[in-house]
Amino acid sequence: MQRRLTGSANDPRIKARYRGEKRFKAYTVTALFVAFAIIIAFFTDIISQGYTAFWRTEVNVTIDYNERAERIGRFALAEDMREIVSRGAVRSIPLDIRNNPELAGTTRQEWVPTYSRIDQYFKGNEELPPEMAAQVEELMEAGVIRTTFNWAFFTAGDSKLPELAGIFSAVVGSIFVLFVTLIFAFPIGVMSAIYLEEFAPDNKLTQLIEVNINNLAAVPSIIFGLLGLAVFINTFGAPRSSALVGGLTLGLMTLPIIIISTRAALRAVPDPIRLGAFAMGCSRWQVVRDHVLPLSLPGILTGTIIGLAQAMGETAPLIIVGMIAYIPEAPGSIFESATVLPAQIFTWASEPRKAFVEKTAAGIIVLLAVLLTLNAAAVFLRRKFERRW
Amino acid sequence: MKTWKTSALAVAAAVGMTAVTAVEARDQIRIVGSSTVYPFASYVVEEFGATTNFQTPVIESTGSGGGLRLFCEGVGVNTPDISNASRRMKPSEFDRCMENGVTDITEAKIGSDGIVIAQSADNEKLDLTLEHVLKAVAAQVPQNGEMVDNPYTNWNQIDASLPDRRIEILGPPTTSGTRDAFEELAMEKVSAKYGFPEEYTDIRADGVYVDSGENDNLIVQRIRENKDAMGVFGYSFLAENADTLNAASLDGVEPTVENISRGDYPVARSLWFYIKEAHEGVVPGIDEYVSLFMDDIMIGSDGLLIDEGLIPLPAAEAAEWRDRVANRVNVERSDLE
Repeated sequence: MQRRLTGSANDPRIKARYRGEKRFKAYTVTALFVAFAIIIAFFTDIISQGYTAFWRTEVNVTIDYNERAERIGRFALAEDMREIVSRGAVRSIPLDIRNNPELAGTTRQEWVPTYSRIDQYFKGNEELPPEMAAQVEELMEAGVIRTTFNWAFFTAGDSKLPELAGIFSAVVGSIFVLFVTLIFAFPIGVMSAIYLEEFAPDNKLTQLIEVNINNLAAVPSIIFGLLGLAVFINTFGAPRSSALVGGLTLGLMTLPIIIISTRAALRAVPDPIRLGAFAMGCSRWQVVRDHVLPLSLPGILTGTIIGLAQAMGETAPLIIVGMIAYIPEAPGSIFESATVLPAQIFTWASEPRKAFVEKTAAGIIVLLAVLLTLNAAAVFLRRKFERRW
Repeated sequence: MKTWKTSALAVAAAVGMTAVTAVEARDQIRIVGSSTVYPFASYVVEEFGATTNFQTPVIESTGSGGGLRLFCEGVGVNTPDISNASRRMKPSEFDRCMENGVTDITEAKIGSDGIVIAQSADNEKLDLTLEHVLKAVAAQVPQNGEMVDNPYTNWNQIDASLPDRRIEILGPPTTSGTRDAFEELAMEKVSAKYGFPEEYTDIRADGVYVDSGENDNLIVQRIRENKDAMGVFGYSFLAENADTLNAASLDGVEPTVENISRGDYPVARSLWFYIKEAHEGVVPGIDEYVSLFMDDIMIGSDGLLIDEGLIPLPAAEAAEWRDRVANRVNVERSDLE
């Protein structure tokens, strides 16, 4: 009897309990390990495929603005270079000469990108015919071919020539879209949350609205795409494929997330603060403006950033409103046709050319880096300004 | 809450109104249509933007049907100027165009695309017939005059000359134009000939034919790893991966550029685009874009698009289409029937 009450390490039942606990702990550690291994495998795969895209092979050539080059750009190059230089580097020469007649007859020495297959050859991804391989190896030794950091990946828009393709137009498109999303969803979301939390009476109607908002947050995003198409494009005639339509559509998707997180942040402000302010004679509006809102702002911002990060990675609704388009030049306004980073990755992933594999992976690396930054900012805001009561 | 909803709508409406004025004048060509033509058309679009002073056109991949639906919606700046298609316009689509005032349409044929049935190069090359393919993918097959659920699990059950290998086919899903073309050319067209009902297009759903997504790269990757499986995809993906894949010949014809171009390879389709003539002179650059696309530099037998996987038209046919397009010959309903 005594043994049973105090227990002892030798009691078989206690031992069994300890074993059970150990087993359970082992399961949780295994689960964590599996999750971690998957993430590591994913990152290694993407980075090992993508890091080469941040480098590119360039060749030093003389560009001769001669008469033949006025018609076909390739003739501006020495004959043995025509197969090596990217077509993208010379195709605009006739236009350049037409736009700047004083160029005719001059020559210029310049580093230009190589044809993508040569670039891929130096990266070890593709084979070249033996004579060509020998020729480029020779040029490499002579210092005529070099490998440099691929700035163009960040400063150029999409291209069908893999050696020229970059993410610039997609990044600008993403910024425009997120800007519209923020302008649209933030005020409406925060205001709705304030009304529901601070002003609305607790009755059947507001309960119904609450359930619906929570439900909306779980609706598949493609539905919002269809809604965006019906409302913004077909009813209001907003331009298809534009950042405006994309931003508003993603705004609809982000709205419930902002409302829910704002309400949670407002609810976290303890009642004594409100009661204290009322006791000093503040109106409800003053209480919200001067006390509740400033105190809950970090929470609201965190929720908004997380909502935006989610919107940033979204493609499904944007397919419907026509944003999976080929946009080589960055849009100049929210009314112009634009594409976004995940859509760019999607486009590259379906290219037959092997050289786009590294572009796809590099696009994913950039997208992950941006999302990581956004989420880190959210965590930072919460840590820095969070108040405990 | 109602007030919030109304104000949200009001904001959206206000934004929408400004948008309408913003699109009134358009100096950028808008192109929609087939995802098969998209890689070729976007190549031309880029070239056009880089070599002329016109703005780079906007090109969107909507699928052939989706593209022609938008195209035939009417005349005006918020409808596309050009629609690409991986099949010819249907008479019903033509009628809809006419009803909506899109009366003058030029049709342009740019080349062909073959659909290949390929496998990992570790396997020995297969010589298949369309009958083999049909029996491998059909949901039901004729046996003793009756249609029964497809019993074939191994290739040698279909024909003793084929290897004793599990049938596993990775192909495009129903939303894909490639699937449409495969169903039409490898099933519908020949089903009656091999004892199936007329225009039979049901693909088996017992796990032998696996829908593998719109992305042909994915199918290529998977058949490289899964050596038993065969993949169904566009010729350009075969050309780019010729070192790791081999394609089956169909009815004794290899899927090569020459055979597809001549029309000998049975599972090949033509690629097209349609021009809305009413927009010429309103949206600048359409004529120049069309001329560039039809030029030998692009679609000729040594053209730039051939490197991208386009199968060129035979020279005589190419010349004929170039003339038709240059003279803006209107497409007639009788051409499409």
